[in-house]
Amino acid sequence: MSEQTQQNAPARKPAGRRKAELDPRFASYKGVWVFIEHERGTAHPVSWELLGEGRKLADRLGVELAGVVMGTPGGDTRRFCAEAFRYGADLCYLVEDPLLADYRNEPFTKGLTDLVNTFQPEILLLGATPLGRDLAGSVATTLQTGLTADCTELAIDMENRSLAATRPTFGGSLLCTIVTLNYRPQMATVRPRVMSMPARDEGRSGRIVEHALGMVETDIVTKVLEFIPDNLQDKPQLAFADIIVAGGRGLKKPENFQLVWDLAKVLGAEVGASRPIVQSGWVEPERQVGQSGKTVRPKLYIAAGISGAVQHRVGMEGSDVIIAINNDPGAPIFDFATYGIVGNAMQILPALTEAFRQQIATVKLAG
Amino acid sequence: MHIVVCIKQVPDSAQIRVHPVTNTIMRQGVPAIVNPYDLYSLEEALRLKDQFPGSRVTVLSMGPPQAETALRKAISFGADEAILVTDRAFAGSDTLATSYALASAIRQIQQDMPVDLVFAGKQTIDGDTAQVGPGIAKRLDMRLLTYVSRVDSLDLERREIVVQRRSEGGVQVLKSRLPVLITMLEGTNEMRFATMPNMFRAARYPLKVWDKDAAGIEDVSKTGLKGSPTIVSKVFAPTPKTVKAEIIDTESNNPKDIAVTLLAKLFTRHPNLQAEIGKRS
Ligand SMILES: Cc1cc2nc3c(=O)[nH]c(=O)nc-3n(C[C@H](O)[C@H](O)[C@H](O)COP(=O)(O)OP(=O)(O)OC[C@H]3O[C@@H](n4cnc5c(N)ncnc54)[C@H](O)[C@@H]3O)c2cc1C
Ligand SMILES: Nc1ncnc2c1ncn2[C@@H]1O[C@H](COP(=O)(O)O)[C@@H](O)[C@H]1O
Repeated sequence: MSEQTQQNAPARKPAGRRKAELDPRFASYKGVWVFIEHERGTAHPVSWELLGEGRKLADRLGVELAGVVMGTPGGDTRRFCAEAFRYGADLCYLVEDPLLADYRNEPFTKGLTDLVNTFQPEILLLGATPLGRDLAGSVATTLQTGLTADCTELAIDMENRSLAATRPTFGGSLLCTIVTLNYRPQMATVRPRVMSMPARDEGRSGRIVEHALGMVETDIVTKVLEFIPDNLQDKPQLAFADIIVAGGRGLKKPENFQLVWDLAKVLGAEVGASRPIVQSGWVEPERQVGQSGKTVRPKLYIAAGISGAVQHRVGMEGSDVIIAINNDPGAPIFDFATYGIVGNAMQILPALTEAFRQQIATVKLAG
Repeated sequence: MHIVVCIKQVPDSAQIRVHPVTNTIMRQGVPAIVNPYDLYSLEEALRLKDQFPGSRVTVLSMGPPQAETALRKAISFGADEAILVTDRAFAGSDTLATSYALASAIRQIQQDMPVDLVFAGKQTIDGDTAQVGPGIAKRLDMRLLTYVSRVDSLDLERREIVVQRRSEGGVQVLKSRLPVLITMLEGTNEMRFATMPNMFRAARYPLKVWDKDAAGIEDVSKTGLKGSPTIVSKVFAPTPKTVKAEIIDTESNNPKDIAVTLLAKLFTRHPNLQAEIGKRS
């Protein structure tokens, strides 16, 4: 799609809806699948977010929603299946094999491709994580089908039961909707935190369909020598933060960025930044919010000295409450923030820090 | 050793503007650049070449004739050969069709000298899909190593390569066997400066320009719009949010009063926030 949005769309009218005669060999393709990503005993939350979205698509189509779990026997795979049911899956396809201990492209591509060819889903969704993108690109090419990356919205076009996948294009200034009419499955990846987390239903369960991997270690060229875990203590965890205080170029000097840290400390918040701040090296790249950084969905996002350019906006507009501080009343961020303060961030930030500090102290006394 | 680096010419998206009325991209005057992510791959390839004298680095691009500029840029950094694959038949290719054409071209390149390593960028800044690299690897039956942050070692005799690969929550150290396709993570190296002699060479380098036949395309229906499973059905501007921010102001307009007013609103209207903040501090 990328090349199309790029080569066709601007030049001439988008290709538009073509006659949708689905190839008869795809007529039997039914159901919505979500790949359940997990590493080192933890499932990636994007899997549950996708099940929430997948549930809506499956209901719309009147088909079943399945999770796909691949991993080692006796490990956590059954636990992930049970969890998938709670988040809305009707069934899980389970591939268990010792070869699936760590993620490697070859066995995972084979496992997922075989499952698709055997059980024939019409839609296959994966997280747009390093693992998900590596796997999705390989599986789509092997199956010779369409794959739409980094979608922000998924819907069903009931006219021909096709998946309409919407994604930002041209750096977020435009959106485009992409369909895969004559190939199955229709594949898409979605970034973490773009879809909201569905409710978890403790009482739900489902059935498990097992499938063999059919590979031996000598079939696989690539070997995992070692895994070096990130030191989670030092790494910013923006994607799952409940409160984020972010600063932009309006803070002018690196010293002023300390005001962002001060407020974050009082609130127990993570610190985020716009791209220019990261490019100037004031904070580490993991803190960049936006199209080429992290997508975040906190309960509270405080943006100081950030203009609200679309590339920043796409990464944070899903926040529940947005407070914007900007000295320009015409700044685009005021178009979508919940609350706005028109003023100098260097004065407002310390005032906010102090007000929150007092508020918290009062609550503590009262409690 | 023979290394192929796939590079794409992209519009510098920092300078792209959308026409406010027609919602189309205004490309006039937008400079075209080498996809920034591809430069990390090119630099890594050049470093391997430095490490293994006698190696050859071929840069490959598919695109309109203007993409020649991107290839010359790569020559000026030190690439040895450059091939532009260009044909009207490729217009409208999605990632599946693009990887088909590029894989065919790499097979042609192989006939001249076997290819040990292919590099692609992590992703492009216009397409942003990160799919073309994996697609090429599958089509050429090469091992795929994405999001590589470091090439630890390369043993040409045993044809073994050890790399560090970014994964969720850590780094995988992987050993694989050539030929492999690698996509480099951004920020892992820094592109060298073009030297004077290389700049001169780039200016007069006789670029190879291949059409679909020269690129060895066997099945034209697998290229261009026809060979693309995905179809852009609609391009549109994001709906502007109709509710604008509630601006907090006070008569005194001093920061302290504003802050207190904001907090009062915040905690009455969003009681969950009060609980959230209370619980962590
Ligand atoms: C392909 C592409 C990807 C991109 N990805 C990202 C991304 O992931 N994340 C991202 O953030 N950007 C991204 N950008 C950049 C984006 O377009 C903007 O340039 C960037 O977000 C602007 O950052 P800013 O708001 O900090 O700076 P500016 O746009 O310079 O805004 C500074 C703001 O501060 C205000 N200000 C000035 N002084 C004060 C003061 N004393 N007190 C309060 N306010 C003040 C100004 O009124 C202004 O609104 C991307 C761009 C491209 C082309
Ligand atoms: N037209 C092209 N010509 C050469 N290489 C390309 C082309 N399109 C994509 N690539 C390569 O594939 C990578 C990923 O592209 P994409 O899947 O579009 O994000 C890029 O960084 C390039 O290395």
